Amino acid sequence: MNNPTLNNTSALAPGQALGQANTGMLQPRTWLILSVVALAIFPFVSSNYWLYWSCVIAINIISATGLNILAGYTGLASMGQAAFMGVGAYTVALLEIHLGTPFLLNLLLGGLMAALIGLVVGIPSLRVKGLYLAIATIAASMILEFIFANWDSVTNGVRGLNVPPAEVFGFQLDQPSKLYWVIMPLALLFVLGAHNLFRTRVGRAFIAIRDRDISAEVLGIPLLRYKLTSFALSSFYAGVAGGLWVYFFRVVTPESFPILMSIFFLAAIIVGGMGTIAGSIIGAAFMTLVPELLRTVFTMLSPWMPDAMSIIPAVRNMVFGSLIVIFLLFEPQGLVEVFPRLRRAIRFRANKK
Amino acid sequence: MMDWLFFSEIALAGLGSGALLALAGVAFVLIYKATKVVNLAIGETLMLGAYLFFTFSGSMGLPIWMAVVLVLICGGLFGALVERVVIRPMLGSSALSVFMVTIGIGSILVGVVELFWGLEPDRLVSFISEKPVFIGEAYVSPKTAVAFVVAALTIGLLLVVFRYWRGSLGLRATATDPGAAYSCGISVPKVYSFSWILACMIAAGSGILVGAIGGISSSMGVFGLTVLCVVIIGGLDSILGVLLASIIVGLVESYSIAFLGGEFKQIATFSLMLVVLLVRPHGLLGTAEIDRL
Repeated sequence: MNNPTLNNTSALAPGQALGQANTGMLQPRTWLILSVVALAIFPFVSSNYWLYWSCVIAINIISATGLNILAGYTGLASMGQAAFMGVGAYTVALLEIHLGTPFLLNLLLGGLMAALIGLVVGIPSLRVKGLYLAIATIAASMILEFIFANWDSVTNGVRGLNVPPAEVFGFQLDQPSKLYWVIMPLALLFVLGAHNLFRTRVGRAFIAIRDRDISAEVLGIPLLRYKLTSFALSSFYAGVAGGLWVYFFRVVTPESFPILMSIFFLAAIIVGGMGTIAGSIIGAAFMTLVPELLRTVFTMLSPWMPDAMSIIPAVRNMVFGSLIVIFLLFEPQGLVEVFPRLRRAIRFRANKK
Repeated sequence: MMDWLFFSEIALAGLGSGALLALAGVAFVLIYKATKVVNLAIGETLMLGAYLFFTFSGSMGLPIWMAVVLVLICGGLFGALVERVVIRPMLGSSALSVFMVTIGIGSILVGVVELFWGLEPDRLVSFISEKPVFIGEAYVSPKTAVAFVVAALTIGLLLVVFRYWRGSLGLRATATDPGAAYSCGISVPKVYSFSWILACMIAAGSGILVGAIGGISSSMGVFGLTVLCVVIIGGLDSILGVLLASIIVGLVESYSIAFLGGEFKQIATFSLMLVVLLVRPHGLLGTAEIDRL
């Protein structure tokens, strides 16, 4: 209670967060260049299947990174990440359908709209702390879902909106292989942005608030302003991710962004690692691939279990829940902490021999 | 005059659902007071109770009373298990982590229910007579009436027990200051265990009532979110506040269904909660110090 951090990571050293998991001897900058090269080569060597999933993962990484800024770095939880993605998605869809503005502008406006709604929802943190904000975001996401479903004249109700593909100079981005070149660079940009944020005054203020809000206030950090900034920033990330989501799937309905998806993102950053950028990346990738992994396993099982495919949703819920519980209980630092720990264990064994 | 009858029938329906909310809300407050855990899995515990009853009374064909007793026992066991295995090791970590752990537990329960009972909604064996009940001239659905009476009796019993039973002193002492209670010889771990067992029994039991009225499905845990609204509006640590808030929410729900349509039910409740969070974050009767969470 007296320690508002979720894990006891002390303030991160600059440049430590990105790729801290298993870089070993590599400098962060080398690591970054290597991954950019790998990501640029990737579309030429991979199948469409993996290209599809890499786009989904990249979208989820943007949203998870946003949530990590709020929950992992500022110590405020939100159960509304999916709903804010919905705000971004609907904004982008409406702009694309009715105005046909350039898609990068749409994405920006989608993000800003989500940030604005986020600010409105975040106002309860004027009066209330930590947990109450999480509860307020539950209410907000129920209300947003209601608006998506019932504001027929704008959102087309439960039928949802169909969106034309994004266009650059008359060139239609309608395939994952083309959208990859938009989504992946944007994901990289947003991740780098978040990484650099914590070398600035604002980012340091977030961490100070997380570690001990009272002393942060004594140090002259205006709590309210920074909490709202963090919340708006996190919603902005969600909004842009939602916008990309709508360009990728090309349809948005009120059921696209259920509260379950917010739990998915919470699970992603818990499993990956709260308060680390690498954690959001690893967590989002891991959690996105878990259902796919389950499907592969169950397809292999289906000769012996005729109804194997039909129980996947149930198993997925159980796996998500179990991952949250197990990681919070046994490895609150998340997967990013698992690798160094394994390495230490191996090194220790080696030294003993 | 017709209008008055209509009004009062809606009010009675609201009181009925309010009573169910109150029952689950009391379970919520019990856990919060004793262990300071905001338990988001309460709705899913309710669902588990309803599905267990479905199996005991339907598939296994046990008599109703035996099924109810078995559900209560299973609820208690579930509470004991969760407290011992998950909640107690989390003692001392931030309120936020524990909150998220309960979300995880809820998700596991939804998965368990979908796995063993399937995705399709179902109906419970009807065990409440279909004979309509009239209060004055106003019609009340018999299920609602029974639910109200059972909930009111249970809550009344709980209040009496908390007031006069000696063991409840330990409960209140722990709620006030676990450290001081421990040094006075109260077994705080036992109190923690007890409060989870009792709360989960209440939740599982009220699941039977909720399931009997609205049917059961793997999404009936959403009821837990309405309970959360009630508890926030009433005050996380005040049983009296929860009773008051559950009546308010019950009435708001049924009036918004009657005048705005069914889809407005939740929206009215959640808006009300947001307003309370803004104006009076510790709830109607809650203690203001919980602001410092």
